[in-house]
Amino acid sequence: MDKRLRILIAKPGLDGHDRGAKVIARALRDAGMEVIYAGLRQTPEMIVEAALQEDVDGIGLSILSGAHMTLVPRVLSGLRNAGLEHVKVFVGGIIPEEDADTLKQLGVVGVFGPGTSTETVTAFVRTQLTGS
Amino acid sequence: MELVTAALQGQRHALARLLSLIENDGREARTALSALYPHTGHAHIVGVTGAPGTGKSTLVNALAKEIRAQGKTVGIVAVDPSSPFTGGALLGDRIRMSDLAGDPGIFIRSMASRGSLGGLARATADVIKALDAAGFEIVLVETVGAGQSEVEIARTAHTTLVVEAPGLGDDVQALKAGLMEIADVLLVNKADRPGAAKTARALEAVIHQHTARRRDPHVWQPPIIQTIALDGTGIPEVLNAIYQHREHLLSTGMWEVQERARVESELLTVLRQELLARLQAQVGEERIRAWVGRIAQRQVDVYTAAQALLDKESEG
Repeated sequence: MDKRLRILIAKPGLDGHDRGAKVIARALRDAGMEVIYAGLRQTPEMIVEAALQEDVDGIGLSILSGAHMTLVPRVLSGLRNAGLEHVKVFVGGIIPEEDADTLKQLGVVGVFGPGTSTETVTAFVRTQLTGS
Repeated sequence: MELVTAALQGQRHALARLLSLIENDGREARTALSALYPHTGHAHIVGVTGAPGTGKSTLVNALAKEIRAQGKTVGIVAVDPSSPFTGGALLGDRIRMSDLAGDPGIFIRSMASRGSLGGLARATADVIKALDAAGFEIVLVETVGAGQSEVEIARTAHTTLVVEAPGLGDDVQALKAGLMEIADVLLVNKADRPGAAKTARALEAVIHQHTARRRDPHVWQPPIIQTIALDGTGIPEVLNAIYQHREHLLSTGMWEVQERARVESELLTVLRQELLARLQAQVGEERIRAWVGRIAQRQVDVYTAAQALLDKESEG
């Protein structure tokens, strides 16, 4: 068997700052994962479709626009409707603490704010997705 | 096998999981592939290769849109390189394919090359089979795009597109062996850039030499088409050329010849892997390592060592 972790990195919504998403994508790649980079301006529907076709283990969403309370729940419910509730979702961006708590209650496994080290993110993703 | 049945019925999640199973190999993948095989052989497999930055992904996007406009379904396999050091990969071909989202007649799958060097992953041919069996009428396969030795796609696809772009090198590049020879259709993409006509002329000269037997109607003459994939210029012409090439293969009997060559090469590859695995299991890692030591110390050469391992095997 030649199983590798597959992660989708996407930016839902309209903000055009993809630097953070690219940094995380590269860090996960360097940690030995296969990262599908979907890029900017993805709708929740596009993200769910890509996750389904690529059969990913996890999704990283990068949101800097402030629209996370609209976009993230739509991704989560889209995943459920597609039968993809096993896919773990983590979010990076500028997310106030109370929103982060709400998102976690909705099923997001991790929320990362500015200044989080890439080591923290890759270690977290690996632990979440492999349970080790 | 449940997964295969569901995938054949058009369940997309089942197809996606089946593709992972095939990619990750193992015994289950074999069972799945043998169940799929009777359903294959219907898709027209089209390879897209060319140097990095020539616009392969954008071209695949444009071609898929045009094919869908004609009502046919499209499967896309896009291969990007794995890191030789960490095994990780960044698969970025979907960035240029956002246009295709939400269309149930399209299925896109990104693949990491996982150590293969010919421009495709080891499992690419089997992933194509699954898309073929699932009923996709045309399967577009985008290679890694590392350059001049990516000829494996020609063995895998019925029709191979080689994508060039202006300004990538002088006309001697076009004279080199390899990519040019596998082209069934040659594209000069980014034709709005300066130098496109010159690039097309250089390619023309090379193709003329290759097909010196021009008057022979049985020999396919690769057309050279200038495209601007971003705005769709030239895309209908490319698609026409793809269909004409298919007609040509069918009417000359070459389709059948190619099919046999493809199957033969697949069979030999599998035999090679199996025989090697069997030998390794029988000889044992330790003995192989002992021979490696002797070879490294110049006590014996590789060929003699290999022969000795094989001879002992046939004795025992």
